[in-house]
Amino acid sequence: MSSVTADEAHDHDHHQEGAVNAPEWTDGKRYAWLLGLIVPLTPFIAWGLVEATGLGVFWWFGPMIVFGLMPALDLIIGTDAENPPDRVLAWLEQDRYYRWCTYAYLPLQYASLVLAAWLWADGDLGIVGNIGLAVTVGCVSGIAINTAHELGHKRDKAEKWLSKVALAQTGYGHFFIEHNRGHHVRVSTPEDPASSRLGESFYAFWPRTVSGSLRSAWELESERLQRVGTSRWTLKNDLLNAWLMSVVLFGALLAIFGIGIAPYLAIQAVFGFSLLEVVNYLEHYGLKRQKREGEDRYERTQPSHSWNSNNVASNVFLYHLQRHSDHHAHPLRRYQALRHFDEAPELPTGYAGMIVLAVFPPLWRRVMDHRVIEHYGGDVTLANIQPRKRAKVLRKYGGTPTPGATGGGTAAAV
Amino acid sequence: MAAFRCPECGYVYDERTGNPREGFPAGTAWADVPDHWNCPDCGVRDKVDFEPVADGAETSSPPTRG
Repeated sequence: MSSVTADEAHDHDHHQEGAVNAPEWTDGKRYAWLLGLIVPLTPFIAWGLVEATGLGVFWWFGPMIVFGLMPALDLIIGTDAENPPDRVLAWLEQDRYYRWCTYAYLPLQYASLVLAAWLWADGDLGIVGNIGLAVTVGCVSGIAINTAHELGHKRDKAEKWLSKVALAQTGYGHFFIEHNRGHHVRVSTPEDPASSRLGESFYAFWPRTVSGSLRSAWELESERLQRVGTSRWTLKNDLLNAWLMSVVLFGALLAIFGIGIAPYLAIQAVFGFSLLEVVNYLEHYGLKRQKREGEDRYERTQPSHSWNSNNVASNVFLYHLQRHSDHHAHPLRRYQALRHFDEAPELPTGYAGMIVLAVFPPLWRRVMDHRVIEHYGGDVTLANIQPRKRAKVLRKYGGTPTPGATGGGTAAAV
Repeated sequence: MAAFRCPECGYVYDERTGNPREGFPAGTAWADVPDHWNCPDCGVRDKVDFEPVADGAETSSPPTRG
């Protein structure tokens, strides 16, 4: 299933275990991470395919890959629950090769945006072709938010800066503030705009997360600057300086390629951040942290508070984002070292396939709602329920609570 | 002067250096850091979860909670 590499992993094992018994460990996904760079190349591939075949439909190559090929590959290739052993985690994290796999996304991302801007301006693609290319570029800018996510969690200032650069294309510069200091603090609670609720459709979630995350980011940054004692209207404000990058980027592209590309820049940005938000939608659907006994404080985030997937194809393209429980437990941990937990709830397929379900709410409810109920041992009252739907949800699922259910149960897979 | 460590990611708040970016200038006492402040690096542990750093920190008694 995965390519095995003879690398230098073991030179690094300083532990005193019996050398004979110590299992050899090589990172089966080591070179697979480079496949993630296919995503920012899709506009180039689309162009090549259109040139080669004369078929304009290939301007839509990005969504074909993300919503067609990737879900299919997940179903064909399947899952991989292998974890790097604890003794190699530190070594794995310090290996700079893995970082460069993520850094390399950025120049390709922006090269593809410039290519697209030129094609929109001078390519004679027609309106449908232009929109198709904008959606393809939107897939690149959306998955760039995933790259920004990996980079924005790190202590290194340069990586944090690269995170902002990756976000500029969607105008989502506030993400790296809100995600780290807002979402991670409030995840799987009713207060988190980016945690979806049982009974909430993606279309109800979208405006709530888009506006709520923006408001929360602004409040977090304002509060910080108030403590520092400066006005929020300063370039020290990380939202303002991140958004300024978007202004400069879009301003430069419009100056060079003309105002005519404006609608397509807008389409790719909205499509891109919506792709992030649909992934947010499926990561914590219905899951809820309970309040600590006698305290107005939520329990610590546990593996049971995130939906996971071990599907290889989606994991390779999303830098192990689907090992989401470990990410929430250890947000600074680098993607290559994220682990699978047996006790974490598993989605029936990879994030790519779940995105497709999420845009069809009846299908989503049919696949997911019973999994949330099973996760809570039948006690729906433990779930994070959409307030507007609460009465309906309780009527439907409220009848059979199982005493003692703690939410630690594992949802049935497939 | 005491120092406190985030039990998740190892970030250390040292009263001597504070955290000027977060609005706590050098010398800001741990007691003056608001309770709802959380770790600036990992975000998943709150001030009340922080543990005193061994050397010379025993005298202050930070809240200890799971």
